[in-house]
Amino acid sequence: MPKTFWTLPFSALCALWCSESCADDSYRAQMKGLDEQVQEIKSDVLSIDAELRRLEEKLLYPSNTHVALFIALAKGDSMRLDAVQIQLDGKLAAHYIYNFKELEALQKGGVQRVYTGNIPTGAHRLEVSVIGKVEGGKDYAHTESFSIDKGIEPKLVGITLAGPGSSKAIDVAAW
Amino acid sequence: MRTLLNTIVGAGLAAMLAAHRAYGGDLRDLHFGEAQYYAHQGQYLEALERLDAELGQYHDLDEPQLDTLHFHIGEAEFSVGDFELNYRMHHRAGRAIKAVLESNVDEAVRNEAAFRLARIHFQKDQLEEALHALDRISGRIPDGIKNEIEFLRANVYLASGRPGDAVSVLKRLQGAAGLTGFAEYNLGIALLQDKRAGDAIDQLDRAGKIKVDAEASRIKPDAEASRAIRDKSNLILGDLLFESKEFDRAQLSFDRVRLTGPFSNQALLRAGWSAMSAEKYDRAVVPWSMLVDRDVTDGAVQEALLALPYAYGKLNVHGRAALLYGRALETFSKERVRVDASIESIRAGKFLKALVREEIRQDKDWVIRLRTLPEAPETFYLASLMSSHDFQTALQNYLDLEDVRRKLETWQNSFTAFEDVIERRRGNYEPLLPEIDAKFRELDSQIRLRQQQRANIERRLHGMLTMPRPDHLATADERIVRERLNAIERALKAQPGPEVEPLQRRVERLNGFLIWNLRTQYDERLTQAYKDLEALNADIANMTARYDSFVRARQAAMHSYVGYDVPITRLRQRVSDELREVAQVMARQGRVLEIVAITELGQRRDRLESYESQARYAVADSYDRATRAQADVGARQ
Repeated sequence: MPKTFWTLPFSALCALWCSESCADDSYRAQMKGLDEQVQEIKSDVLSIDAELRRLEEKLLYPSNTHVALFIALAKGDSMRLDAVQIQLDGKLAAHYIYNFKELEALQKGGVQRVYTGNIPTGAHRLEVSVIGKVEGGKDYAHTESFSIDKGIEPKLVGITLAGPGSSKAIDVAAW
Repeated sequence: MRTLLNTIVGAGLAAMLAAHRAYGGDLRDLHFGEAQYYAHQGQYLEALERLDAELGQYHDLDEPQLDTLHFHIGEAEFSVGDFELNYRMHHRAGRAIKAVLESNVDEAVRNEAAFRLARIHFQKDQLEEALHALDRISGRIPDGIKNEIEFLRANVYLASGRPGDAVSVLKRLQGAAGLTGFAEYNLGIALLQDKRAGDAIDQLDRAGKIKVDAEASRIKPDAEASRAIRDKSNLILGDLLFESKEFDRAQLSFDRVRLTGPFSNQALLRAGWSAMSAEKYDRAVVPWSMLVDRDVTDGAVQEALLALPYAYGKLNVHGRAALLYGRALETFSKERVRVDASIESIRAGKFLKALVREEIRQDKDWVIRLRTLPEAPETFYLASLMSSHDFQTALQNYLDLEDVRRKLETWQNSFTAFEDVIERRRGNYEPLLPEIDAKFRELDSQIRLRQQQRANIERRLHGMLTMPRPDHLATADERIVRERLNAIERALKAQPGPEVEPLQRRVERLNGFLIWNLRTQYDERLTQAYKDLEALNADIANMTARYDSFVRARQAAMHSYVGYDVPITRLRQRVSDELREVAQVMARQGRVLEIVAITELGQRRDRLESYESQARYAVADSYDRATRAQADVGARQ
């Protein structure tokens, strides 16, 4: 085997890298043009989305009957939320099982819209059931009932969940 | 070389900066929290949809300070730029951040905005603009970004061909929290670019020995990135030492690279070559033996398949060398067939289909997973290509377009459902409304009459407070009695005579009794009248509430099916136009990706062919040598 063989790999590496770089140059300009177009499309889609959202809200959830329920986790709480079930006036409104990414998003302070619907003005009964695990892996389940008042304006209800160690395991507040 | 440095530095910087977030405080606005919920999951389009809408509403308000978003407005304005940046909308992200920069905001906020703007310019290779944005930073700087600003400045210098300036900045950042490994590595690169090879080697040596374990428990992804950059330092250092013919030191440096990290294969390969260069063939066998059992699609592994028998040849173990060359030949041949199949598969459009497979994209390491996808041979050889920045951007754009296309298709289908809902509502309400409206008009006139009557009573009662009118508080019986007495009085006046006089006196007495009652009971009656008015007010309020509720329900009924035709038609047209545009751009983007992938695979195929021919020659050569060696042994015996 000639000695040139084992010096080849380094030069081959450089050659490979160079060829990639040359290929980069040839398609970079094309990619850039396409990138601009993609950005424009994204911008248009966001604009359509905004208009569509307004239309949907007006059509499907008029303000006098609009109700939306949001789930948040209490800051710093260590409970691992598995699922939430919500009944509105005795009827199942939402039953949600969380995956790891969703749970992590909640733990970082994100808020999940778990239900959007319509209810008439007046008082309504809200029942929230939580299933999860506390530190040490022990199962945890808790259910609580609340009353919410629906006025003529849209009703946004924040449901903050915490583990058993907290003074309020489930806190419901109008926003 | 400069492009390589930019790529290395840029990748490092992007990894460092991606982790940065400026959230804090308690949440006061649910919609902002909802946008964050999606952003934390990497769903930036969904996050933008929500935050854009919320910010739009906020800015349209007459008194935005009363809105709950007001508590987060600075953070929201930043976040929208962040989300846009993460969703690869650099133009809008730049505009959003510039808007913050030019508004009347706190010095610290403005400085953070300038930093983020500089970061965008840097990522887009707009180095002068990046420096200009960095120069705008002055005064109070948030603690969390002080080091990052300087790190960015150094990288901009480095990318602008000003390594001397970069060195000065990076020297101050040695050991800075959150930059472990990166500041040290980049200083080494800056010194190298500044043609101070000796200093660069010393610096990379330091960078290659940095301890990151202490951070591991605190911020795991950062620690992993620090370990990876430490490996990279050792790899570059090893290369420099190899080029300086310091083979032993080079090998030590390659040995420091972790066996499980992303640079492990290259380190093993180069460690072997260092040993070979030092003519320590037995030591080259160790890393290469390890390497040949790894994933055969990796370029370093393929090279090792040839290098290992070469080392055995040098050790005069020609029989083993011949066997290993045979194995290499077989592997290269098999791999070449696979690469050919991959190229064909890409030409058949399967590559793009594999890229958009949902189950793959659920995983953050989906690019790596693509290699193990059983039905996608076209992706086996593309991992290194896929990890390049430009290809990633193009690929992400393609995937974003696919997401957008799906979204638009869903919207397109929803319009029919909307129209169905509207038609059903129209069918329900339209026959009912004329009758309801007729009844309502009737009730409405009665309601107005009663309201007028109540208003009259109230006015009279108010008048009686200043000018008492007892007669106004007479009961119905009293009014009848008074009418009758008046009638009798008029009749008596019409028949004068002595017998009428006693009757007139009786009428006067009765009138006097009536007036007495009205005057003496006046206060009591007035109080009672007010109480009755209050009770009436409650009834009127109840009636007004029902009236308003009816009017709202009537309006809601009308609004539930009237006024949607124009917006739906317009939106349908917009969605349809956008779908067409997406299809065109997607096809072009996909074509570019396919061409690049095929070009890459073609290069890999050429290499495999070259390896194959070298292996074919080497097999024969090794068998010859083995046979000769055996013959020599036989002859000696």
